[in-house]
Amino acid sequence: MEHQRDQPVTLLDVRDLQVEFHTRDGVAKAVNGVNYCVDPGETLAVLGESGSGKSVTAQAIMGILDSPPGRITGGEVLFRGEDLLTMGAETRRRIRGAKMSMVFQDALSALNPVMSVGAQLAEMFEVHEGMTRKDSRAKAVQLMDRVRIPAAKDRVGDYPHQFSGGMRQRIMIAMALALEPDLVIADEPTTALDVTVQAQVMDLLAELQREYNMGLILITHDLGVVADVADKIAVMYAGRIVETAPVHDLYAAPAHPYTRGLLDSIPRLDQKGRQLYAIKGLPPDLTAIPPGCPFSPRCPRAQDICRTDRPPLFAVSHGRASACHFWKETLDER
Amino acid sequence: MGRYVIRRLLQMIPVFIGSTFLIFFMVYALGDPVAALFGDKAPDPATAARIRKDLYLDEPLWKQYLHYMGQILTGDFGTAFNGQKVTELMASAFPVTLRLTIVALLFEIVVGIVLGVLSGLRRGRSLDTSVLLITLIVVSIPTFVSGYVLQFLIGVKWGVVTPAVSPYAPFGELILPGVVLALTSLAYVTRLTRTTIAENSRADYIRTAVAKGLPRHRLVTRHLLRNSLIPVVTFIGTDVGALMGGAIVTERIFNIHGVGYQLYQGILRQNSPTVVGFVTILVIVFLLANLLVDLLYAVLDPRIRYA
Repeated sequence: MEHQRDQPVTLLDVRDLQVEFHTRDGVAKAVNGVNYCVDPGETLAVLGESGSGKSVTAQAIMGILDSPPGRITGGEVLFRGEDLLTMGAETRRRIRGAKMSMVFQDALSALNPVMSVGAQLAEMFEVHEGMTRKDSRAKAVQLMDRVRIPAAKDRVGDYPHQFSGGMRQRIMIAMALALEPDLVIADEPTTALDVTVQAQVMDLLAELQREYNMGLILITHDLGVVADVADKIAVMYAGRIVETAPVHDLYAAPAHPYTRGLLDSIPRLDQKGRQLYAIKGLPPDLTAIPPGCPFSPRCPRAQDICRTDRPPLFAVSHGRASACHFWKETLDER
Repeated sequence: MGRYVIRRLLQMIPVFIGSTFLIFFMVYALGDPVAALFGDKAPDPATAARIRKDLYLDEPLWKQYLHYMGQILTGDFGTAFNGQKVTELMASAFPVTLRLTIVALLFEIVVGIVLGVLSGLRRGRSLDTSVLLITLIVVSIPTFVSGYVLQFLIGVKWGVVTPAVSPYAPFGELILPGVVLALTSLAYVTRLTRTTIAENSRADYIRTAVAKGLPRHRLVTRHLLRNSLIPVVTFIGTDVGALMGGAIVTERIFNIHGVGYQLYQGILRQNSPTVVGFVTILVIVFLLANLLVDLLYAVLDPRIRYA
């Protein structure tokens, strides 16, 4: 690729990103100062429950935020050193799909129901590379072959509803990787799939990532998926990153009570028959996030300071940070 | 697909028989055509009986119906009481109405869809709000009001067009009547398009299309419009039937000698063969328009599978 010049800049650098939604009930602060970065070939898993802001962050990066009601109120999204947020709309459109692309959760609704999958794949080449219809069709067949769809040549004219869930998600992946982008954001790519198919699709995504040396942001709430493929993890809660760490460190010893709760709530075979752990309470209302640590109302470790002072991200070790006043204690617990 | 078409064509037969019999029953059973023939004067009983025999009116109704249908199948729609062949009336009326329908339909499709797309894409803004308000007003005004008002203003007062249409009814003279005829449907098409566009522009596949980096015009034409037009096409298709037969008011206002005019005259003068003949043809037009809509639906939406 033409970007092989040795540049010190990271592939994607999100700095202090803030997103608000204007709703009837007031302003919901969905993303409150998120920082993360991704290097080529690296996989960042963004973990969090629904409403934690993980998908909204991705949409803001991609430039597909529904606005209104959504609005980016601050921060920078540096892609190869250039801020996507201040870029002209047309420049940004050319980057979208070609240099950075997105795999969505539910391929059935994310693919156009009245266009053949071949046409939807070919469109990428027609729009971004100015290929003729015939050439781009041939490319579409190649892509379908590449993501291992059987009889790709015969199925290129089929419509999304004629494929199984797993095959549809493969097409989604093929579409995102069509132009060999530098960065792919996968928003819960396997959530809508059968467990058996989940592993296949995840393997495919990981394989293609290695092949093209792409940066990958994997948004998920499934800790099982993360362990196998991610290099580092960012855990989000109420629009903030509460812990970020290399994947093995985090699994070995979480440095934030919320992460700990998440890990403890994974069903495990050796604890069969015992009641599954659940984090008590609900995430805060985003229109009225409490002062102090937003997790404090649900935190077993919360002290007075947690309710008054918002913890910054404390550096725990190299490449590791936790937004907890008691990160040391949490870390030593195990 | 071929089998589906054949099945649909076969399904049309009972609908055709049912609806034509109903019309036949209403027209022939509820009035006395022989008495109508003589107007105010009471007919001589012997003459009346002879006419009844000649016109099969002394037979039971179902026999009359079978006889009539038999004749229709050979292309004989009978003779109106004034001696003119019904087929001749049709040959002069249907082309006129067809031209009127084409004008109305073009207007409805072009203006309706364009306005609908524009306001749908600008949901909640001033253009959208004014389109919603105007279409609401247009829907509320009956055709005989909008027809006479526009005829008076544009035709009489400002003299832009001729207020009445000549017997041959060329396209040029049919523009104003076409607009009047189309107004209500136009408002519906606009609103329908606007709603589906607004709804679909929030769909997941549109977000995907944005994420693919498609230029806006391609996004709208290839992705948004195709999905949004499915219900609109359905509406326009069924409207073809309605426009062909339902132009009675408009045709009367502008003195157009089309289907609506002939039907009106037929009903007024109890001219049974005219009424039944025209309605029979309109039933066929309706059925074919519906078939066309169903087929078009399959073309536009591949999810619809015909066994």
